[in-house]
Amino acid sequence: MATLKFTEDHEWIAIDGDIGTVGISDYAQGQLGDVVYVEVPEAGTSFNKGDEAAVVESVKAASEVYAPADGKIVETNKDLEDNPGTVNSDAQSAGWFYKIKFNNAADIDGLMDENAYMAYVAELN
Amino acid sequence: MEMATGNRALQLEEKLIFEQNSPGMTAVDLPNPAELTNVKSRLGDAARKDPIGLPGLSEPQVVRHYLRLSQKNFAIDGGFYPLGSCTMKHNPRLNEKMARLPGIADIHPLQPKATVQGAYELLDMTAHWLKVLTGMPAVAMSPAAGAHGELCGLMTIRVALEARGDARQRVLVPESAHGTNPASAHMCGYKVEAIPATGQGRVDLQALKKKLGPDVAAIMVTNPNTCGLFENEIIEITQAVHECGGLVYCDGANFNAIVGRVRPGDLGIDAMHLNLHKTFSTPHGGGGPGAGPVVLSEALEAYAPLPYIVHGKDGFDMVEHVADAGNDQPFGRMKGFHGQFGVIVRSLAYMLSMGAEGLRQASSDAVLNANYLMAELSDILTLSYDGPCMHEVLFDDRFLKDTDVTTLDFAKAMIDEGFHPMTMYFPLVVHGALLMEPTETEGKATLDEFIGVIRALAEKAQNGNADDFKAAPIYTPRRRLNETKAARTPVLIYQSEQAAAE
Amino acid sequence: MRYLPLTDQDRQDMLVAIGAPDMAALYKDVATEVLLDQPVDLPSVKGELEVEQIISGLAAKNLGSGAAPFFLGAGNYSHHIPAAADHLIQRSEFLTSYTPYQPEVSQGTLQALFEFQTQVAMITGMEIANASLYDGATAAAEAAMMACRITRRNKVILSGGLHPHYAEVTATNAKFLTIDIVTNPADPLAQEDFSAQIDDKTACVIVQNPGFFGQVRNHSELAVACHNKGALLVVVVTEIVSLGAVLSPGDMGADIVAAEGQSLGNALNFGGPHVGLFAVRRKYLRQMPGRLVGETEDVGGKRGWVLTLSTREQHIRREKATSNICTNSGLCALAFSIHLTLLGEAGFTRLAQLNHATAIALADKLDAVKGVEVINDTFFNEFTLRLNQPAAGVVDALAENDLLAGLPASRLYPSDKALENLLLVAATETVTPTDMDQLVGALEEAL
Repeated sequence: MATLKFTEDHEWIAIDGDIGTVGISDYAQGQLGDVVYVEVPEAGTSFNKGDEAAVVESVKAASEVYAPADGKIVETNKDLEDNPGTVNSDAQSAGWFYKIKFNNAADIDGLMDENAYMAYVAELN
Repeated sequence: MEMATGNRALQLEEKLIFEQNSPGMTAVDLPNPAELTNVKSRLGDAARKDPIGLPGLSEPQVVRHYLRLSQKNFAIDGGFYPLGSCTMKHNPRLNEKMARLPGIADIHPLQPKATVQGAYELLDMTAHWLKVLTGMPAVAMSPAAGAHGELCGLMTIRVALEARGDARQRVLVPESAHGTNPASAHMCGYKVEAIPATGQGRVDLQALKKKLGPDVAAIMVTNPNTCGLFENEIIEITQAVHECGGLVYCDGANFNAIVGRVRPGDLGIDAMHLNLHKTFSTPHGGGGPGAGPVVLSEALEAYAPLPYIVHGKDGFDMVEHVADAGNDQPFGRMKGFHGQFGVIVRSLAYMLSMGAEGLRQASSDAVLNANYLMAELSDILTLSYDGPCMHEVLFDDRFLKDTDVTTLDFAKAMIDEGFHPMTMYFPLVVHGALLMEPTETEGKATLDEFIGVIRALAEKAQNGNADDFKAAPIYTPRRRLNETKAARTPVLIYQSEQAAAE
Repeated sequence: MRYLPLTDQDRQDMLVAIGAPDMAALYKDVATEVLLDQPVDLPSVKGELEVEQIISGLAAKNLGSGAAPFFLGAGNYSHHIPAAADHLIQRSEFLTSYTPYQPEVSQGTLQALFEFQTQVAMITGMEIANASLYDGATAAAEAAMMACRITRRNKVILSGGLHPHYAEVTATNAKFLTIDIVTNPADPLAQEDFSAQIDDKTACVIVQNPGFFGQVRNHSELAVACHNKGALLVVVVTEIVSLGAVLSPGDMGADIVAAEGQSLGNALNFGGPHVGLFAVRRKYLRQMPGRLVGETEDVGGKRGWVLTLSTREQHIRREKATSNICTNSGLCALAFSIHLTLLGEAGFTRLAQLNHATAIALADKLDAVKGVEVINDTFFNEFTLRLNQPAAGVVDALAENDLLAGLPASRLYPSDKALENLLLVAATETVTPTDMDQLVGALEEAL
């Protein structure tokens, strides 16, 4: 059963062993509006924590999506090319962006769990 | 009630030219002299083999096509544009006549210099006006637009700093700046850092001072700023930057507030672009062309790009090559040929018409008009910063809280009332910005009508008529358009159904 | 003052409504020592009559193409513009409208730009075109930067047949970014060979067709050579009418086309404003600078147009934008489009044939003059003469007798002695047999 964690930049990570599936939260997609394009990284690229790993574009805005910890991209969601709207309709499942193999699985431990993230979002409003 | 044609009296539907093709038709009859037929091609193996596929129409059809298209556009000739930071003032028709004169429109930039002395003099005359109005010793006339001018100014700064052996890496840009500012800095190879604003909408001088250091090449300020306010600490700002060895770029988009009243040269500015299509009345043309000459301080004048006018012994000359620059060190060339001469001619006709006192009165009326809007609207809209404002006034969407009406919805409702919306969602430092710039060419009657409409719409929004706002506009040739669809599946050229099927 | 509608009464009434005693109160944020209390030292307000006299006086000191036989080209061409084109761009709704950010009240501009984009894509043989850039030279610079972004390489090779201004503008932009420009010597006979220069660090090669000295080439093999090394081919076109007769860059395998559209719809205007055309392969769409118009529908299901893919642009991406460009060349693009619509397929190809035939007739006459040699094997409507003496002096002498004989190469290559006898001569459809005879006669006398 994958563990679900969240960052303050509104990314979710579903962790299974040392592989994390990353996307943006349902709250984030609501803020962004209709998603028109997602720029995903190439499989095999390495990132450090905080590097810009992907970009999600709506009509009027472009938002960076950051790597939550050091790691290497193992797979990207090809479906988003033709169906960027999946990020709106199913942000926390079918709307995933990429899978990353973490250099050190423990790096994720410090991130918020779902309850903490919901509290964080409530505070923002 | 929908007509079968989709037409509505004088509002007429019009297909694309590609859907009106008569193969072989042309609206241009060209000569067919005997001696030029059956000439053997000299194109080698590079002759075109396949047809292009362009549509052919007759002159009546072409004229009708574009006439109908024009009727779907709002334009300043027809109505008020309260667009903040755009300065949509009246475009004098005299400018068009002057730009089309023989000897003005039909000269080539590389003709023998003796045959274009009048053109050089015209450029020099315009440069003189710009230098006197800004209190600066030099001006680069070639940039093609404001953003191009920003790039030119930053390039000049970078080259000047490198020339004194002091290359630096960072450029500071206020959060409220127009997007072209950081984009231009980036294209110049600089790292961009944001400076926060104070609660009064101005550059935070203390925060700025903390960011200054030997690594700061320049600050890019806008004055008056994008919130429509004069930076009251501008002299302290430029002094602080100069003290740390940096230079000051000023975005001159808002010069209309102070032209003839304040000179950037007196404020410590080192480089500032002017938008001839804003302050100096040249027409916007549906998106261009503009012109963005850059006035330069003594610290920068030697590095201005090619080409530029000089006074030679036999009249005017134009320096086109680095080798002819004497002691100057131009950093290169921004554009082909000499710049936007046709736009410059129009701006000169305007400056000559207005004269020194006319320009001074214009800026004064622009500021007066904006403050009048502020006075008459700030009880019902939410004013972002205390006044007085300069030539534009900034409101935000707090007055729409809990109405379900957004700034966008409000703007679309203005359209049905016959006004072009104000600038929306810019600057980014307030939420749901509504930035209004009336300019000096709107009379009091128009402003009063506008005020009445805005007040009525604000009341209507606050009284819970969100549905009407969401549906707006309803009287335009097209209603709200699906921008998501346009971005998700871009259709950027016409494809016939046949071609699309292939 | 005729452009200011406020009366003194209005001004007083408005100050009262604002609650300010005078205008000085509204300028209170300006330090008094920098607030001017007098108009600046510039002339006073003038009526139309006076302004016309001044500007006409300046115009009278210029020799225009309307008043002399005219043979200059070099990237700025004298063509006949149909009366309808100039009339239509002066419609208030085109001339004085703003950028189409509110599409519901800008369908005229948006539909016209969509047609423009389509026409540009068609004539260049490419899949996508934008709504125009400032001019051909800045378009070439944008092409170089775009190629570097796409390939993630930073070496750009410039042909010796590229207009020197285009090369200079590209080099100026490159200087401030980590882009290495490889230049090639001026190539009057269009014989250069890039094969050794293209490597796996090359982002693109930029060639011009027809070249600066007039030659027309088929660059298909060069395209293959570029692609074999993972580099892009950028083709520059400075005389857009050539595409009515010459193989399109798209058909040659170009990846990006950067062109100047001035020849259609736009007068010489002493070098500006012009209109930069920019067309690319569809796969590079998201790296393309400049405005783009896209088709969509409104809430009623009716077809309409909007500016789209704005997330590439400065107002959204700020320092991460594809370019800092904010305007396009609006009215100039419209003029280009109207002229091309008036021409249509038949007119555009016929215009190109007429230009070509006129140039051939002139070249043959000139080649027969003693001291004159046409050096081109191929050309469209512009070719290069080798004179028996430096060309600049000859051109100046002819200009004193009101004949604008063409461009001495030394004007753009001042330090290259090998080029000083070369003269670029353009012959568009505006050149008459009388013009040709005058040029021939004048050269016979001068050489």
